[in-house]
Amino acid sequence: MTQPRILYCHCAYAQVVHPQVKADVLAGLVESEKAFEAVGDLCEMSARKDPALQRLVSGDQPLKIAACFPRAVKWLFDAAEAKLPEGQVEILNMREDAAEEIVPKLISDELNPQVFESDEDSNSETESKEAEV
Amino acid sequence: MSSATQNPLRVVLYEGPGGKALESQRKVDVLAKLLKGGYQVTCTGESGDVSAPDGSDVLVLGEAEGQDSPFSQSTSTGVVSEGEEVEVHFKDISGQEPETVLETVSEVGTQTESYTPGEWKPWFPVIDFHRCTNCMQCLSFCLFDVYGVDAESNIQVKNPDKCKTNCPACSRVCPDVAILFPKYGSGPINGDVVNQEDVNREKMKVDISALLGGNIYDLLRDRHEKAASRFSKERDEGKALKERIRCLKKLQGDSGIPEEVLMSLPSMDEIQTKAKQAKEAADAALKAREERKNEG
Repeated sequence: MTQPRILYCHCAYAQVVHPQVKADVLAGLVESEKAFEAVGDLCEMSARKDPALQRLVSGDQPLKIAACFPRAVKWLFDAAEAKLPEGQVEILNMREDAAEEIVPKLISDELNPQVFESDEDSNSETESKEAEV
Repeated sequence: MSSATQNPLRVVLYEGPGGKALESQRKVDVLAKLLKGGYQVTCTGESGDVSAPDGSDVLVLGEAEGQDSPFSQSTSTGVVSEGEEVEVHFKDISGQEPETVLETVSEVGTQTESYTPGEWKPWFPVIDFHRCTNCMQCLSFCLFDVYGVDAESNIQVKNPDKCKTNCPACSRVCPDVAILFPKYGSGPINGDVVNQEDVNREKMKVDISALLGGNIYDLLRDRHEKAASRFSKERDEGKALKERIRCLKKLQGDSGIPEEVLMSLPSMDEIQTKAKQAKEAADAALKAREERKNEG
């Protein structure tokens, strides 16, 4: 099985992720001795359409992301024209979950893909909403 | 915010052949310092492998080990990535405090004219296109040119850096709970799952007119006119200011707009001009979408 890549967001410019959770997740990643990508702030990268986001979603390797709410992460990547590959991404929420829950999932080779409303469903839903209007 | 075309510096923390494995706590401290500074860091682990270049200049940090260490070569070399030249710099950080490592990175960033992170708090709307119906209410509402449309007349966040920090007002205007502010404190605006209870509680399905008992700009204008009439007799600028503040407090309470944003609104005439332009842009986008739909 292809080992997932790991991405950690430090949410540097806001106090919305508890500092201890960030510190513990980062320490857990370092202890694991795995290779990983760490970014200062995904929001900032998304706003600038940072080319690194496209690099991070490219290729066949699955991706595990430790950041915030999955819906926010998905649309931040989307806004940067770096769509997350469906069925290939697991997003772990440092705003809601404890580091003890996040770290084992983050460093595990097993992937539990994030379930998003599919683009296909979305299109048909949008069409029906427009029809209602 | 600096230009979106200016790439940031990509930092690689190298622990592969020719580089020492950093002691865990030191690695955490260095990483935390760089991340807090807004930098992106690739941690190679002992393999030393890194993903392909992305157009950004690269700074490889590590602690040299042995004579064949990559850190023994010159500090800069050129490689070609898809026809683009990328500079790769090497810096041995042996014995450096995290603060010094950050300074080293900052210096190389300046030298390579890379984007400097941290100059702007990234507060801006993000659209959930699974929920958005392109109703253009956000485009019509925002006075600061944050929104626009693409070539297919789909709503887009065109100018994220024009958004007013901590102001989530457009997300409250959206009838479909499709606008997120990832750094907002509570759900569903922060990206948490949207459920019917949220929709009702946040009054998301009500447009701004219903929230305020009239169009927000009409309300401002009415208040202004009443105040202008009264103050023209009284000629008391202090009272005029108090009236404006009272009006703005009302809006603040109803819409969640931070006081500093309301207080920094342009003059009433400018607001009306901006509101008219925004409405025209939204109407034009809706018309274009309608025409496209009819053609299709």
